[in-house]
Amino acid sequence: MKKQDGFVQKIIVIIIPMICVLGWLLYFGMHRVETEEHGASITVLNYGDYIEREVLSDFEEQTGIHVVYEEYETPETMYAKYKSKSISYDLICTSEYMIEKLISEDEVLPIHPQNIPNLSYIDEKYYSIVDAFDPDRSYTVPYFLGTVGLLYNTKAVDPKDVKSWSALWMEKYKNQIIMENSVRDCLIPAFCLQGRSINATDQPSLDEALALLEEQKRLNYAYLSDDAMYEMIMENANMALIYSGEANAAKLQNENLAYSVPKEGSNLWMDAWFVPKTCTHQKEAEAFLDFLCDPEVAYQNWDYVYYTTPNVGVYEMLDKEDQEDRTMFPSEEVLERCEVFHALPDEDMRRYNDLWKQLKVYYAK
Amino acid sequence: MSKRLAYPYLAWIVGFIIIPILFICYYGLTRDGHFTFSNIAAITENVHWIPLVLSVRLSLICVVICLLISIPLGLALRSIRSRFLVFLFMMPMWMNTVLSILAWKLLLGTNGIIGRLFHVRSILNTQLATEIGMVYDLLPFAIIPIYNAFASIDDSIIDAAYDLGADRAQVLTKIMLPGAKAGILSAVVMVFVPALTSFVISDMLGGGKVSLIGNVIEQEFTNSMDWNLGSGLGMVLMVFVLLSTMLLRGGES
Repeated sequence: MKKQDGFVQKIIVIIIPMICVLGWLLYFGMHRVETEEHGASITVLNYGDYIEREVLSDFEEQTGIHVVYEEYETPETMYAKYKSKSISYDLICTSEYMIEKLISEDEVLPIHPQNIPNLSYIDEKYYSIVDAFDPDRSYTVPYFLGTVGLLYNTKAVDPKDVKSWSALWMEKYKNQIIMENSVRDCLIPAFCLQGRSINATDQPSLDEALALLEEQKRLNYAYLSDDAMYEMIMENANMALIYSGEANAAKLQNENLAYSVPKEGSNLWMDAWFVPKTCTHQKEAEAFLDFLCDPEVAYQNWDYVYYTTPNVGVYEMLDKEDQEDRTMFPSEEVLERCEVFHALPDEDMRRYNDLWKQLKVYYAK
Repeated sequence: MSKRLAYPYLAWIVGFIIIPILFICYYGLTRDGHFTFSNIAAITENVHWIPLVLSVRLSLICVVICLLISIPLGLALRSIRSRFLVFLFMMPMWMNTVLSILAWKLLLGTNGIIGRLFHVRSILNTQLATEIGMVYDLLPFAIIPIYNAFASIDDSIIDAAYDLGADRAQVLTKIMLPGAKAGILSAVVMVFVPALTSFVISDMLGGGKVSLIGNVIEQEFTNSMDWNLGSGLGMVLMVFVLLSTMLLRGGES
């Protein structure tokens, strides 16, 4: 009996680790072979579901450069992922304020415009946004952009009302309003109504904004982020503070929906590509950026993501109806009255989060 | 050999229970590398205290409702003695919580089935909706121990009570409930603890308007990226859980 036990033990102690090690060796070995076959390889990090996958395989076929493609959910998780330095990324796409933060931390490499001839397709007018986070215009390639505004159901909401943010405070829309479930987005209407910058951080502005939002909470159906679009499509609510990208998608599925950027101003956002310090194949990364800016490829991507594209080549390919869709392509006048978010110091972000918690525990009497 | 068989479990306990708790205590008791109680003291701030009180309140209501449903149900199931019926009441446990709560969301929404059939205002995104979701989700955890406790009471004891002249009410209060005390107490713990720490249900049925202590802690870890404060509040919640189980242990003996 004793002998048998020893035998079983030996099997467990020796064979199982051997199998594990062998498995890993095989896995890495095969991985190595794969990448060597394709020559150079770049590691790309992007928001989830933010590219037409076909574009990746087309690029690999055309250039022989292998693309290791990874995704993330929020800029904050991207930041943590990048900062851990466990993977050396060659190219990252993220939101404007996060790029601003990374540039200030000296984590971004300048790009070489001569390697990206298709950069000429990026519409000059959108560089006013780039100037807000990359004033030298030397670190980033714009990818998609948009505004924040009100998505509303034309059957229940008077289009005149949503010309102003004050619609969110109207008693007649009680229980029909969805607010974005994030502190900075919720503050947009409050700050704009007070005539302040959406980047305000001084305590009086914050106190006043909190009072406004507390007053508004009573009228809210919910604070939602991803679900807001579906609730609007299903007509469970009639008005939502939402990103124009989601408004586009919602309008496709319910023709009663319309979108408005209120007159007091709003947020203008942009997602852009940058080359991080960890990059080891900058030339290949720039080849990928050039490929993305090619009008045909950008069209494929635009058709899939369906956010505002800064690519003039794509714009010219569209028919008149699409070109005049003001949700998709905001007018110059809208671009002018909107403002870009800036990265805020930790101390200010803490006060923002405090405000958010106070709003969340506030119950109207 | 039999001793060695325990090693994997020991590794499990150390790796997945003890070390994580030590990590939480480390984060909870420090800020910027210095020792401090401020993360724990933060529970006294309004923005943390109100959610904790709300959590305790909703959990207690949830326990009471679950008991009110499962004690009569347990008695009924005992007398019917149908395994199939018991099985039916267990069924919701097999389904993923998120999925069944999502179904509630569709039922309760403005254009949901309940709203359309009865022309009532939607109660989705309120405390009431959160309470309904909690009761639905945790009810099986009350039914199982209570039914088992009732089922294990010997028929002959009940017959004896009737023979000795007890009426139905006396049998219930003198025989059935005391006999099932252990089951009822464990039902209370099984419902109270998950209810106190839950955040998914309030997130989905509260529409971001119902802020429980679980939501606050989750937000500290994800949105605010303040792991120290999140851990500190988590420790306070752990103490609450520990206290409630100890209280019930005391009641049991």
